[in-house]
Amino acid sequence: MHVDALDSYLPGDSPVHRFDPRVKLVLSLLLILTIVLTPDRAWVAFALLGLVLLSTTLLSRLGLGVVQRRSAVALPFALAALTVVFSTPGPALLRLPVPGGPWTVTTTGLLRFGFIVLRSYLSVQAAVLLAATTPFTDLLWAMRALHIPRVLVAVGGFLYRYLFVLADEAQRMMRAREARSAAPDGRGGGGLAWRARVTGGMAGSLFIRSYERGERIYSAMVARGYDGEVRTLSASALRPADVVVGVCAGLTLLAVLILGRVVV
Amino acid sequence: MEPCIETHDLRFAYPDGREALRGINLTIGQGEKVAIVGPNGAGKSTLLLLLTGLLRGEGAIRVFGEELNDHSLRRVRARMGLVFQHPEDQLFSPTVFDDVAFGPLYARLPEGEVRRRVTWALAQVGLEGFGDRLSHHLSLGEKKRAAIATVLSMQPEVLVFDEPAAGLDPRTRRRLIEVLGDLPQTMLVATHDLRLVAELLPRMVIIDQGEVAADGPTATLLSDELLLKAHGLDT
Repeated sequence: MHVDALDSYLPGDSPVHRFDPRVKLVLSLLLILTIVLTPDRAWVAFALLGLVLLSTTLLSRLGLGVVQRRSAVALPFALAALTVVFSTPGPALLRLPVPGGPWTVTTTGLLRFGFIVLRSYLSVQAAVLLAATTPFTDLLWAMRALHIPRVLVAVGGFLYRYLFVLADEAQRMMRAREARSAAPDGRGGGGLAWRARVTGGMAGSLFIRSYERGERIYSAMVARGYDGEVRTLSASALRPADVVVGVCAGLTLLAVLILGRVVV
Repeated sequence: MEPCIETHDLRFAYPDGREALRGINLTIGQGEKVAIVGPNGAGKSTLLLLLTGLLRGEGAIRVFGEELNDHSLRRVRARMGLVFQHPEDQLFSPTVFDDVAFGPLYARLPEGEVRRRVTWALAQVGLEGFGDRLSHHLSLGEKKRAAIATVLSMQPEVLVFDEPAAGLDPRTRRRLIEVLGDLPQTMLVATHDLRLVAELLPRMVIIDQGEVAADGPTATLLSDELLLKAHGLDT
């Protein structure tokens, strides 16, 4: 039994999948940076960025639906920016009669909010594409090759490795609870307070199990010579083709950014 | 036979005061294959952790004639490979390759040698080509064998196993016994799988309540039903 739904990698054999993970990681970050730095109302620039994402999605053969669906998950988080609708000064569109004074919706505010949503949607698409076409272990490897602090990368690796073990453990505990919360009249489970207490107990026990597991893992590391320093094999050289594609894509992004900021 | 592990009056008490080991005297010769047998909570795992310096107790341990202390700890660990009971604890890297390469990397071997050792160790346990696999995608039997490979890649002179066959189905268990049987190293196996002991390990040490209750040829001890019964090992 495995909780594999947590793994966002979708195996495939497209040019996007085969692209060097280091270049892919850097390009994804550059793409997100470009999206964030492109000003409001830079319609052409946003259209071009959307086109870049669309063509990459098509090239990756993941299917448009999958990428859109996964990206949509992040949309509700954009609601955090909802206040700009009211707080941006500009021509009033309508007044909401709420206690504590009417809230004024301005057209500038609405537009700004729209662009924030668009930016987050596009950025998440870039991240979704990266995660869906690159195995997590390759991403970790790319991060190490890009000299992201080794301890951070190692922590990411442990997270990935034990996420599944912990999720399995939690699932087993939940099954064990369900198997025992039966009642002849079909109403098993007890009251809300009781359930909350059981859940709290399960969370606590999961924490203690993880803590003890951590100690055992540390022993296993020490037994094999771990001395507090993270060591890895060095990375292989980049393929020229990947470098060429990477540089071209990077320059394209720069051009889009300049277009967005200067030409509007 | 030259002794490779000697313990003298080895004692260990847990922080809560419970005595896990109460004076263990053992001498294990080079090339010997020894079973450490005893009921749950007898102190088998504690003994293994003490021998590899992961726990510190009272009394003396000598490994290859060298006293086990802070100074010799890392040298001793390089020569003794401990395979933990739960492979989930032993396989802590995302891929099998990373895990098997861990020991050699920390032994500061050159990269070519690290890669060579990984390939060799995986072949030893019959997991050729598993390097790129994710540990959490392996079956329990594969995980157990991968865990052994993580230790073999360090090429230790002594192999120490904690319950190697626990929880395996008959066929997987058989495969594991074959793998263990092919390994030439000095071997110390904590287990209550007496059939595995009879098959693989000519010497048997029974530990009960933190003390050595019996130590002798496996065939002799296994035929002594009263002895086995007295220590909760009869089936």
